[in-house]
Amino acid sequence: MSFEYPENLKYMDSHEYVRLEGDVATIGISAFAIDQLGDIVFIELPEVGDELSQGETMGNIESVKAVEDIYAPINGTVLECNTDIADSPEELAADPYGSGWLLKMKVSVSETIDQAMTASEYQAKVEG
Amino acid sequence: MADSLKPTPLLVQHQQLKARMMGFGGWNMPVQYEGITVEHQSVRQKVGMFDISHMGKFLLQGDHLRQQLQPLVPSDLSQLEPGQAKYSVFLNEQAGIIDDLIFYFEGFTASGAEIGKLIVNASTTAKDKAWLLEHVSAEAIGFEDVSDALVLIAVQGPDAIATLQRFTPTELTTIRNYRHQSGTILAQPAWFARTGYTGEDGFEVMVDPETGKKLWQTLLDAGVTPCGLGARDTLRLEAAMALYGQDINDTTTPYEAGLGWLVNLDQGEFIGQDTLKKQKEEGPPRKLVGLEMQGRHIARHDYPILVNDQAVGIVTSGSFSPTLGKAIALAYVPTAYAKSGTEIMVLIRNKPQQATVAKKPFYRRPKP
Repeated sequence: MSFEYPENLKYMDSHEYVRLEGDVATIGISAFAIDQLGDIVFIELPEVGDELSQGETMGNIESVKAVEDIYAPINGTVLECNTDIADSPEELAADPYGSGWLLKMKVSVSETIDQAMTASEYQAKVEG
Repeated sequence: MADSLKPTPLLVQHQQLKARMMGFGGWNMPVQYEGITVEHQSVRQKVGMFDISHMGKFLLQGDHLRQQLQPLVPSDLSQLEPGQAKYSVFLNEQAGIIDDLIFYFEGFTASGAEIGKLIVNASTTAKDKAWLLEHVSAEAIGFEDVSDALVLIAVQGPDAIATLQRFTPTELTTIRNYRHQSGTILAQPAWFARTGYTGEDGFEVMVDPETGKKLWQTLLDAGVTPCGLGARDTLRLEAAMALYGQDINDTTTPYEAGLGWLVNLDQGEFIGQDTLKKQKEEGPPRKLVGLEMQGRHIARHDYPILVNDQAVGIVTSGSFSPTLGKAIALAYVPTAYAKSGTEIMVLIRNKPQQATVAKKPFYRRPKP
């Protein structure tokens, strides 16, 4: 099976991706990780306004057979959560990098994402 | 590691279908092909098939076979007719369940010896064999372990029998529920058992490995959905069927596990009888109940059950039910909280979530 790894995103060890545009970070889960989980049945997201530290657990994704935590890849404040995808978790696999975005965070423009990988680094890591 | 896992004779078939594999009970087994939900729904709506060749299979033959096995099970085997099967358990002295199993009574040889089969769980095959042979002589029951030698395919769903019938002259509809018969499929010897682990109608078919490969391919070509252990688990959970090692184990008695219906205290002496007699009088301290989660959080194995903030029980199995569209679970709770409708909490990732004790099974197939 081949997965997408959009070039313009950063990827975390724990499979979150980040699209950083100015002071807004859009965060989701990679296509690879969603496939590993199987049929997604529930997505738990943080609250708008939550202040998160890098590495902090901010929610989880539940499939029929497993549940995985989602971690904040960057320090910031939750701006918006994708309630559409939370209501239809089965749609997540269809477009993980587009309509399957999970949340947006307001970050300081000087924020960098430690331990983030490029698309090719992440692909090499997960596909072995 | 995949190297130390045993392949079933159908491994190449699973690999060709790009199945996701995992180790289970020492075997390399398919977990899913297209996806658990799709496979689950195929079985509920049409027909799906499972490679269950990993199950333990013991062939037995001997004088008074049923009488010889009787002390090991709390169920009455003496009333079985040839062609009938019985779901029961091996018990230890404390009436804890060593394994759940099905005994298939086949009939008599010309000289009057009894023939039968025992199908047991993959994860407990060695344990069951040791227990059995500790109490009965292998010779006296003509014991033959064919676990690794034969293929077992479960074909389950509303269209299962019609689909299988296309490939066998054996009149499958004349084999009633919990009965079995030898016959042929694809012109090769086969054994058909109308038993299953999904809550749907169907058969479990035992054949030699070469026929097994042909049968799997034939059924695939006929449009049967290949299903893995993932869907097997969600299906059996909806049907509230116990999974050994999760819902029942050496410390759970049949009365606690809701299996009192298979116990016959008067059928003669059997291991664990004294404990069961006492438990029958006093009532079991805990019971395995069904739970329906109120929210979308899924209760899973080992999550604590809370009543008034106290941990009083434990979830043994839990998942999302594709048929009901909600999270369901099996759990042991103190008998005082076992009545259906009782509201309890399940601790899920440190937050208590509401659940209600539900009647079992969660799903019952529609009457034809």
